[in-house]
Amino acid sequence: MTALLNKTGSPAERFTSRNPDDFAVPTGREEEWRFSPLRKLRPLFQPFVSQDSFRFETELPAGVTLTMVGRDHELVGTALTPADRVSALAAANVGQVVLVTIAAEAQLSEPVTLRSIGKPGLNYGHFVIDARAFSSATVVMDHLGEATVAANVEVLVGDGANLTLVSVQDWDAEAVHVAAHAARLSRDARYTHIAVNLGGAVVRLNPTVTYAGPGASAELYGLSFAGEGQHQESRLYVDHSVPQCSSHVVYKSVLDGDTSRTVWIGDVRIRPAAVATTTYELNRNLLLTDGARADSVPNLEIETGEIAGAGHASATGRFDDLQLFYLQSRGIPEDEARRLVVRGFFADVINHITVPELHDRLMATIDARLGGTPAGAEEDS
Amino acid sequence: MSKLEIRDLHVAVDDTPILKGVDLTVESGQTHAIMGPNGSGKSTLAYSIAGHPKYTVTSGQVLLDGQNVLEMAVDERARAGLFLAMQYPVEVPGVSVSNFLRTAATAVRGEAPKLRTWVKEVNTAMTELEMDKAFAERNVNEGFSGGEKKRHEILQMALLKPKIAILDETDSGLDVDALRVVSEGVNRVRETGIGTLLITHYTRILRYIKPDFVHVFFDGRIVESGGAELANELEAHGYARYGANEPAAVQ
Repeated sequence: MTALLNKTGSPAERFTSRNPDDFAVPTGREEEWRFSPLRKLRPLFQPFVSQDSFRFETELPAGVTLTMVGRDHELVGTALTPADRVSALAAANVGQVVLVTIAAEAQLSEPVTLRSIGKPGLNYGHFVIDARAFSSATVVMDHLGEATVAANVEVLVGDGANLTLVSVQDWDAEAVHVAAHAARLSRDARYTHIAVNLGGAVVRLNPTVTYAGPGASAELYGLSFAGEGQHQESRLYVDHSVPQCSSHVVYKSVLDGDTSRTVWIGDVRIRPAAVATTTYELNRNLLLTDGARADSVPNLEIETGEIAGAGHASATGRFDDLQLFYLQSRGIPEDEARRLVVRGFFADVINHITVPELHDRLMATIDARLGGTPAGAEEDS
Repeated sequence: MSKLEIRDLHVAVDDTPILKGVDLTVESGQTHAIMGPNGSGKSTLAYSIAGHPKYTVTSGQVLLDGQNVLEMAVDERARAGLFLAMQYPVEVPGVSVSNFLRTAATAVRGEAPKLRTWVKEVNTAMTELEMDKAFAERNVNEGFSGGEKKRHEILQMALLKPKIAILDETDSGLDVDALRVVSEGVNRVRETGIGTLLITHYTRILRYIKPDFVHVFFDGRIVESGGAELANELEAHGYARYGANEPAAVQ
């Protein structure tokens, strides 16, 4: 249990280890598993041979290289040390690592697309996205089809680099997707992580951010639209350990099925050295049906008195009758008014997706889930 | 010609009777002012006609050109030609004014307005209300000042072209300049021949919007009706003779 030596005793400190055996098989009583549907995740709690039941498509603009490397590559493990058994098993057993390198100072006008189209089967995945100094890029990880996946994604954002990672979970109904997205931000780096959870039976993402140099900023956005039988869980951890950095979190969920479930855990830690930190996190959940359940647990731990600002807010509610009344009183039918409200609810997340085709595709998917396309929407996208 | 008929309307909120038998008919081309002290039920009348879920009609009728308004859903009432300019317009986060206006116009007109003429129409209406173009990109009522909210209400009225418009305390919270701009906006729509029901506590707005009829509202019903001269009387004496020690003129 070597990793235990790193523990400081703070509740926000995470136990991390590269050895899967350091993590017991979850029972559901653990804090980090108590919200999750373990029955569906159980196949991921034991090692397996990855069936690689994926078709992998890429779009790589100039300035980007993609290579397949081994687990022993020097960059593997630099941003991520597993924090749970599924992540540790994936890291220890994955066959190949996808290394995406964005050249220093490259300014990409087109997005990098990494599209995984799954077929039923058990899979491990491991990606390292190395955004070198002063580069600027958007990477879209697009997940489609059906598969059971345990994946680790490491993101290295170099000095002064600006990286946006959009992870779209547009799975078919039966998919199970558990992934850790760990980013390490160098000096003055800017990182935007956007998680879009639409499909799949279970999607459990752990976006984490650590800071390796001052002046870095992270924005973490999330959109979850959980329908009947869907479980969408987002477990964030932002670890401020150096001065003058910022983090900004906005996660929004809409639940529209009686058995819909979303979980949002927002852990932010500001260590003693992280003076002049700015952090804010917001979670809003909109319940459209009676049986749906949204859990929201913000957790802000501040260990220095010299922060610039810190706050969090969380609210879960139903449709605002007054908003619907107002829209309807202008002739807008109720179902359309509801769509407008939901679109508006998601707007401050989805508007951060600046890839037009992707933005439009996601809005179309959301509109279709809501049963139509609002009139007048075409000029507002 | 359109006609809004309110017949012996009784309305309750949470089992508490608020309106106790309102009778009023508003026809195209007419402007009726309803004046009354705080708590007399003026706003309840406005919201009840629009179909606000908080208000329960316990008896009586509301007819628009003979059609039973009370059986209509809120949006159906608007599409039938009723418009309520609200005292407290509601914020709708993430929904831009331009998207909202176009969606509403599409619903009320039954088809999407042609984009080119629509943009011109909106720009003209906004210019008349002395609204900046950037306004269209803001979220509906979010962070609007009191004056902006009221201009936005009247902008909607101008674009949706109702048969009968109900203006609920449209003058509240407006400075003199904004009151003039908003009143002129209302007058431009009135000149198209619609019927107007203007609800107000103060006589101030009646200097800009001249009513044909003035009704005094008290304790959930109309207690006196007359012409514009009734407003002058209220201006001078307030609501004292109806049992409420409140002025009707701005002090």
